[in-house]
Amino acid sequence: MIEQVTRALPGAEAEVFTQHVARGLTRFANSAIHQNITTETTTVRLRVHRDGRTVALTGQDRETLIARARAALDAAPADRAWPGLTPPSALAGSGNLDEETAAATPADRAARVRDFVRAAGGLETAGYVATTVHRATYANTLGQVVSGGTTEAALDGIARTGTSDGVSRLASVRLADLDGARLGARAAVKARASAHPEVLPPGRYEVVLEPTAVADVLNCLAIFGFNGRMVAEGMSFARLGADQLDPAITLRDDPVGPGGIGLPFDAEGTPRDTLTLVDRGTVRAVLHDRQTAALTGAVSTGHYSDAGFGVLGSCLHLLGSGAGPADEVDGPEADSHVTALVRDVERGLLVTDNWYTRVLDPKTLVMTGLTRNGLWLIENGQVTRPVQNLRFTQSYPLALAPGAVLGVGTSAAGQPATRLDLGFRAPALRLASWNYTGNAAG
Amino acid sequence: MSDFDEAQVAVEAALAAGARYADARVMHRRYESMHARNGEIQELAQREDAGLGVRALVGDSWGFYAISDLTDIAARKAGRSAAEIAEASAIVGGRPVEFTPAAATIDSWASGCAVDPLAVPLSDKGDLLSGATKTAHAAGADLAEGIYQVWDTRKWFVSSEGHRIDQHIRECGGGIWATAIGDGETQRRSYPSHRGQYGTRGWELVTELDLGAHAERIADESRALLSAPLCPSGETTLILGGEQLALQIHESIGHAIELDRILGWEAAFAGTSWLDLTGLGTLRYGSGLLNVVIDPTVPGALGSFGYDDEGSPAVARDAVRDGIWVGVLAGRDSAAVAGLPYGGSVRADGWQSLPMVRMTNVGLEPGPHTLDEIIEATDDGILMETNRSWSIDDKRLNFQFGTEIGYEVKRGRLGRMLRNPTYTGIGPVFWGSMDMLSSEIVAYGTPNCGKGQPAQIGHTGHPAAPARFQNVRVGVRG
Repeated sequence: MIEQVTRALPGAEAEVFTQHVARGLTRFANSAIHQNITTETTTVRLRVHRDGRTVALTGQDRETLIARARAALDAAPADRAWPGLTPPSALAGSGNLDEETAAATPADRAARVRDFVRAAGGLETAGYVATTVHRATYANTLGQVVSGGTTEAALDGIARTGTSDGVSRLASVRLADLDGARLGARAAVKARASAHPEVLPPGRYEVVLEPTAVADVLNCLAIFGFNGRMVAEGMSFARLGADQLDPAITLRDDPVGPGGIGLPFDAEGTPRDTLTLVDRGTVRAVLHDRQTAALTGAVSTGHYSDAGFGVLGSCLHLLGSGAGPADEVDGPEADSHVTALVRDVERGLLVTDNWYTRVLDPKTLVMTGLTRNGLWLIENGQVTRPVQNLRFTQSYPLALAPGAVLGVGTSAAGQPATRLDLGFRAPALRLASWNYTGNAAG
Repeated sequence: MSDFDEAQVAVEAALAAGARYADARVMHRRYESMHARNGEIQELAQREDAGLGVRALVGDSWGFYAISDLTDIAARKAGRSAAEIAEASAIVGGRPVEFTPAAATIDSWASGCAVDPLAVPLSDKGDLLSGATKTAHAAGADLAEGIYQVWDTRKWFVSSEGHRIDQHIRECGGGIWATAIGDGETQRRSYPSHRGQYGTRGWELVTELDLGAHAERIADESRALLSAPLCPSGETTLILGGEQLALQIHESIGHAIELDRILGWEAAFAGTSWLDLTGLGTLRYGSGLLNVVIDPTVPGALGSFGYDDEGSPAVARDAVRDGIWVGVLAGRDSAAVAGLPYGGSVRADGWQSLPMVRMTNVGLEPGPHTLDEIIEATDDGILMETNRSWSIDDKRLNFQFGTEIGYEVKRGRLGRMLRNPTYTGIGPVFWGSMDMLSSEIVAYGTPNCGKGQPAQIGHTGHPAAPARFQNVRVGVRG
């Protein structure tokens, strides 16, 4: 197609990003499958720059796209921020793609749902099992040509009593890693352990965040904290070279390492590699696309996104403090990694999920949100009783500041992407303080 | 372009593969957006896509298959695959699936559009955004941004019950933002709304907004906010502007009355609802001033259409009447489960998405006052305007919202500007405390309503006006 564009638009800088996405998703609620979906989408994105003007077009038919590009270029406004195309550069790998997962059937997913429902032992269940395969190619008029793919399999389900929900969540490159029975049992023990929660007054509490809750912290950091444009414009807390987080925190964006989920290049054709954002508490890098890199004199890290948030992380991996299995079911409330962190807490809260979190101020990254799917009081190193959901208002960087991280779980569990195709691997965290500002019941 | 034929092929293939019901939508959408920053256009984006989504019911199990290949062969495969997926669903079977009855409908519908937004010269649209953001930047905004978005959607719906409906829905809108960056925080002012204003209208909507005329004001306000006193903490009388009230309606009424949430179908992800169907018709949702209508027929509002994505016609109905909860947003299958006689609120955000219960236009009927009268009648309180943050629990009860700006209200007059206003509460308690409501209704468009897995972005409309509430907790801080 690049040759077609060159012939039709002589002198233009052009790039073509073709992506085929096949998604299979089996949702269940009230312990029955109520939605079962397969979607196959092929899209072509053509971006062209000529005579100081840029247009980006997405469609399905190449001839139409080229014709539309020609028409739009003639009328497009001036673009003085054009950063140029990605020069020829090699990929770190072709991506983590599991062919067995790519070939998974609705029946494969339904079988895991069945196992989850059965393992919940009669509790009402809801959630999904999903498989996604991305295959993409990129080419531009400078000669950069790359291709690769990735798969993701995820199970995210709850079991419910009349007064509580318990969740289990796991994501992997391989569907084979998802054990419906194991995860269903985990959701059930958590639901039962959080039944009949008591009211707890709001205030500052020491917390142990399970990996499910840490994933939300990483999500916010990926969107707002390490966004290269927001850093450049003074809208982020992050300052390169500054010791802003606790030395226990090492955070990488890593779609290409073992188990990493994500394409090995972005829609500008820039290769992605393991990128250390925070090294033992020190901010070492932020995320860039070609435009934000040009703006700041940096190099693109391969994080172009048109999802509406600017540059965006791809697969955030907060390193654990050791090694071990990430999906135990030795409960009742927590696995051994979490229990190890709970053991040293005199009085605090064990948190399953941070939910519906929104930014109050991007620069300080003060967020508000609620707990969900299980919250327990910890007293003298023991989980003593379930408590009702609380609302918090908390700066995430301050919660991770030097001296504030009292413990990191040994193993990072894969967590499903939410709405932005952004993956996470997170351990549990023990944090000195979290500011709960109200009880969810009032 | 007409694609009834591919939809028909898909439905017939699903029936041949064993479905007892099938429907199919072919959709073709063109999208255009432009973004400006400090007087410079960043990128012009145009997207165009088309595809087919087919839904099949085999026994009591559903399957859905979507593909971006609009050929007869692909359509046949899609119908057959949807039925096969439905058979896989039966591995974990559930309740019997029924529909509320629907008459076979053959019809066309188009939204109103005086000026085709895709026909307006790109240079004119670029000049509008670059001019407005240049003005705001020159007036002191560290970051001045502007955007417009256009969606032009054609869809063709066919069902095994005999529906054959085509629709042409044109939506557009835009807005501008001014951000001032201080040492420790940022402050932003928006016009006309925190995400802009949108509707099922043509470019005349954007022209009427007159974005450039408000650029200097919002820049001034963003800078002034950096040094304004913090919103005090405590309980007070709260007056909300119409834009913020639109979001309050969206989050604490619109989502709460979605029948799929009430039935637990969204329990794992979006959440459930505090509402129980046993309260329909008797439960007090708010004060007697509260009248909420579900109305996809509002001309020009963003949640308007002729037929939903199950072929049900757009019909207005009450959700809350005189403070009592009386109606839900429903689809044909969820309504049948609940024993209700209507659907009409099921939509998908594209051909590739499964239709689900979605807000249409959910909004207020007007009250007897004006905003000026409400302020004059308030001895001590706070006026908050323009949403900044929103968060609500999974049952849609406990909420906390922040707004961009607040003002003291003392002895019937506006006082000092207030920084970082927030308020929090519980839905029915909050709505029960509403004691004054304005007649100044505007249908605010929400172009970014997230729901479902995989996530879908819905377009909804919310007729709203300023209102007053008593004993509200404000000034929650971290």
